[in-house]
Amino acid sequence: MTLRARIVVERPAFRLDLDLTVGRGEVVTLLGPNGAGKTTALRALAGLTPLTEGSIELDGVRIDREPAERRPVGVVFQDYLLFPHLSALDNVAFGPRCRGRSKAEARLLARELLDRMGLAEFASVRPRRLSGGQAQRVALARALAVEPRLLLLDEPLAALDAHTRLEIRSELRRRLSGFDGATVLVTHDPLDAMVLADRLVVIENGAVVQEGTPTEIARRPRTDYVARLVGLNLYRGEGDGDRVRVGDLAFAAEEHVTGPAFVAFAPRAVALYRARPDGSPRNLWEGRIDGVERHGDNVRVHVEGPVPVAADVTPAAVAELDLTPGRPIWVSVKAAETHAYPA
Amino acid sequence: MPWLLVVPAVLGMAFLVLPLAGLLVRAPWSTLPWRLSEPQVLEALRLSLVTASMATAVCLVLGVPLAWLLARTDFPGRRLLRALVTVPLVLPPVVGGVALLLVLGRRGLIGQWLESAFGFSLPFTTAGVVVAEAFVAMPFLVIAVEGALRAADVRYEEAAATLGASRFTVFRRVTLPLVAPGVLAGAVLCWARALGEFGATITFAGNFPGRTQTMPLAVYLALETEPEAAIVLSLVLLAVSVVILVALRDRWVGAAA
Repeated sequence: MTLRARIVVERPAFRLDLDLTVGRGEVVTLLGPNGAGKTTALRALAGLTPLTEGSIELDGVRIDREPAERRPVGVVFQDYLLFPHLSALDNVAFGPRCRGRSKAEARLLARELLDRMGLAEFASVRPRRLSGGQAQRVALARALAVEPRLLLLDEPLAALDAHTRLEIRSELRRRLSGFDGATVLVTHDPLDAMVLADRLVVIENGAVVQEGTPTEIARRPRTDYVARLVGLNLYRGEGDGDRVRVGDLAFAAEEHVTGPAFVAFAPRAVALYRARPDGSPRNLWEGRIDGVERHGDNVRVHVEGPVPVAADVTPAAVAELDLTPGRPIWVSVKAAETHAYPA
Repeated sequence: MPWLLVVPAVLGMAFLVLPLAGLLVRAPWSTLPWRLSEPQVLEALRLSLVTASMATAVCLVLGVPLAWLLARTDFPGRRLLRALVTVPLVLPPVVGGVALLLVLGRRGLIGQWLESAFGFSLPFTTAGVVVAEAFVAMPFLVIAVEGALRAADVRYEEAAATLGASRFTVFRRVTLPLVAPGVLAGAVLCWARALGEFGATITFAGNFPGRTQTMPLAVYLALETEPEAAIVLSLVLLAVSVVILVALRDRWVGAAA
């Protein structure tokens, strides 16, 4: 293990308490809503916010008593914070220079890093002349220039517009996989998190609510926040081996679970009917339309009832079903696309 | 038009501008070049420029770190210290001069010791002029730089710390360049204040031509004996003020617009 940390930061009306381990070359993403404590955790790792309790161990050495300038940590800040009065080259050379390299050595190293980032021709340019993507690469080069064992990135894509974001995201993914230390990345964007992370740590109100690979988290969310992020309907109930009871409803699912259980299914697994459908499909109930909104090529329908549910239907179906808010509607979910797992 | 506002506004403007216009109207333009080249005038001008510049240098060396301390650190009594630093700003300069005499004078608290230890005495010397000017002008610099420091984004300093910079390196390589425009503006303001200093200088350093007689002192003295010379000297000071105003127009005049 490279990073092993217990981070406790207490403030009036807020407590962050987080256990974090990150292996060599692993990218762990802290994902959570605004105010969950992600940035505070990052600042604590960097030494910019003191720990109330806990410890931070990097390669077996405790660093939590060291000031920020003596930690083997590189940080890519939100908005990058490139020094506006220095050229791209001098921004990257700043760290090595502070850590005892000669001016010539530091600049040589900086030039190499900028080369590797494909920014050789921008070496003498001031930060305000760089595009968002270029600035991000300079910021990454600057953080890597101090040869850190731990790399921290705070919302590295938030400052970019939607167009460049896609391209820069996959490029960042590639560059991060080339780094052999531990990486901790903070984001509130689920897509960034899914693409960039080897492992996700979801934080809400200062505590970890779920942890796992992006695939696990996307399939088996454990809180409403995570379910919303990955776009699933999620309910908590009681499994009896055959079905999972949620209030008055009983869901038949692919898996058989006994005891406290979650039920999750995608909005596209939900079918809507004006009248009670023939036969006896399972997972059927009557609700009332709450709202209708556009969702990609489809239309997302929110239905209230014994449980609130989101359903995706085609625009053609909207006209056919007469989906006006307040109208009663029948909801059914395919058992084959309903997943149950222990809570 | 709200006349109740416009009429006093125009009167106020006239009140500020007319005396300066009067100075220009009554200036002895024909004898100006000759008057300006008088050794006494040149001597006073030289002394003023030298002492104001030295006082500004002293203020920079002591005032910038002081501003940093006030803006970036927290210690008990910081607010009190900040209030004390600005006292010379509101203190009548003559009182400042008296206070300096009591501390640095021949029989002063520190002056006594300076004299016995080094045989060195400040009052009524050119160094005394610098001390008096620095005392009066330093708050201008400290306040300007402190304001610039508070407005600067501390996150750049944090970024520098994560890159391995010590606090002093952060100050030298990041903070200072970021607030350089504020420091420059403060220095210019400080220099202008030092250049115009009268009360503390005449009280603490006296009025000796060539040694402590700066421009404002020369103006005051000339007014009794040679009014035309006083006008000429005043014109020089007015020109300097205008130049400073133009140099800083973007920072203050522009900022207010």
